[in-house]
Amino acid sequence: MTDRRVFMLGLSAMAAWTGCAGPAAAQSGPRDIQAVVKALVGDATPVEGRISLDLPEIAENGNTIPYTVRVESPMTDAEYVKAVHLLAPANPHPQIGSFFFTPQSGKATVSSRMRLAQTQDVLVFAEMSDGRLYTTKRAVKVTVGGCGG
Amino acid sequence: MSAKPRIRLPDNARIGEVIEIKTLIAHPMESGNRRNNDGGLVPRLLLHTFAAKFAGREVFRATLHTGTAANPYISFFTKVPGPGEFEFTWIEDGGAEIIERQALKVI
Amino acid sequence: MKTIRRNVCAAILVFASGLAGAVHAQQSSDAIERELETYRSMMRSDPWSNPGMLDVDRGETLWKTPGGPNNVSLEGCDLGLGPGKVDGAFAALPRYFADADRVMDVEARILWCMEKLQGFERAKLLNRPHPGPGMPVKDLGAIATYVAYRSNGRSFAAAFSHPKEKEMLALGEALFFRRSGPMDFACSTCHGDSGKRIRLQPLPFFSKPDEARKIVGAWPAYRVSTAHVMTMQHRIYDCFWQMRLPEVELGSDVPVALISYLVKQAEGGEISIPGMKR
Repeated sequence: MTDRRVFMLGLSAMAAWTGCAGPAAAQSGPRDIQAVVKALVGDATPVEGRISLDLPEIAENGNTIPYTVRVESPMTDAEYVKAVHLLAPANPHPQIGSFFFTPQSGKATVSSRMRLAQTQDVLVFAEMSDGRLYTTKRAVKVTVGGCGG
Repeated sequence: MSAKPRIRLPDNARIGEVIEIKTLIAHPMESGNRRNNDGGLVPRLLLHTFAAKFAGREVFRATLHTGTAANPYISFFTKVPGPGEFEFTWIEDGGAEIIERQALKVI
Repeated sequence: MKTIRRNVCAAILVFASGLAGAVHAQQSSDAIERELETYRSMMRSDPWSNPGMLDVDRGETLWKTPGGPNNVSLEGCDLGLGPGKVDGAFAALPRYFADADRVMDVEARILWCMEKLQGFERAKLLNRPHPGPGMPVKDLGAIATYVAYRSNGRSFAAAFSHPKEKEMLALGEALFFRRSGPMDFACSTCHGDSGKRIRLQPLPFFSKPDEARKIVGAWPAYRVSTAHVMTMQHRIYDCFWQMRLPEVELGSDVPVALISYLVKQAEGGEISIPGMKR
């Protein structure tokens, strides 16, 4: 089996390609991400469940990574998903996007494309209309390979 | 000349049906962290908001950050309440707005 | 799987612009390839959502809208099937054009029409014709992407029957195998065998029609790493830059010859534009 080991060339080199990282950028630590999450969703304790996330385990390039996030919910006036937030804690700025639904949304399902500066766990939070908070996370390996093919 | 955003709606829909709407817009989504060839930082320029209205009511909204890839693709769903027109708005840092409208054929 | 020798690869990397850090992967090659296939199939699952389609749309507008000092549209441009006939034209290129007395690929021909019909200055069109990272493809490239898109579903079928077409094809083949420059590279150094790759990037073996047929029809392609459409002329320009060969002029004989060789190798292969590439 071919040895697949490749080597870090440094964040400054990455800056030209990922459009996301940069040598001057401070990396978010766990405490920083908690502050961001709290600002987004408040103090509720998140529980695992209800969220499914289609996201490749390995991205050929961190610039563009497709995803679909789905939250189980009847989506009625009585019970619906208010918002879904995606975060990339190891990006210079940790937010990916926030999506806001109504009871008329039909489905709390969104597809888009994220950009990741490096391998990390992507975090998702789903806020329900009754105040409950759900969460999930998924590890994504970010690779940059080749010479421009 | 920049490209017009792409919008995909179903050809037609019934009242009460949940339909998927796909949108795609050309935009570099500059994070402010990228360096140009001279070594300087390319200034941040994002589309920070995307909003969809149907028949005058907002049905979906997104706030986008640096973690959203260039040429943003967003697909979402909505339940069809009756006939009407979609209005999609993208708002850029600095306030510039890109607005596209498309009618939905309701059968 | 063979890999290119590490020191040659390092030499390429030193010259390649801003190549980034990567990941130490300890999984087996098969598992990695499978997961990369997940990434690739998710990106390609809906051709409508390929950001390159924005350039197809823009190219269509540029084709149909009067422009240039002469304020005419490109709808009078003859791409080989008669003035204004776009469907299927890309599938029959490169070909000889009597009015130019040259063999041209799609980009060389659009350059010709932009100059002769619309009155654009050739030197300006040739000055930095390709986009940098993060910048969209320029007008000529967008028009080429639109024209190529209008051959989707067809197979490459350039005739190479005219004596000048045969000459261009022979030149292309000779260039493909010709080693030169400070690193003594030829196209075949990277693209002359099966199973080659540079780090995680597989390298198609273009002299093998099977492989050429799967790849050539995807160009112009949207490249996620640079967030823009790359045309075939740009692709060749970039390869030459990586090999440290002299700068290639858009639409000149060298890239047209190489494109002729690639298209001939890909004969019968399906056109599916825009591709989606790393």
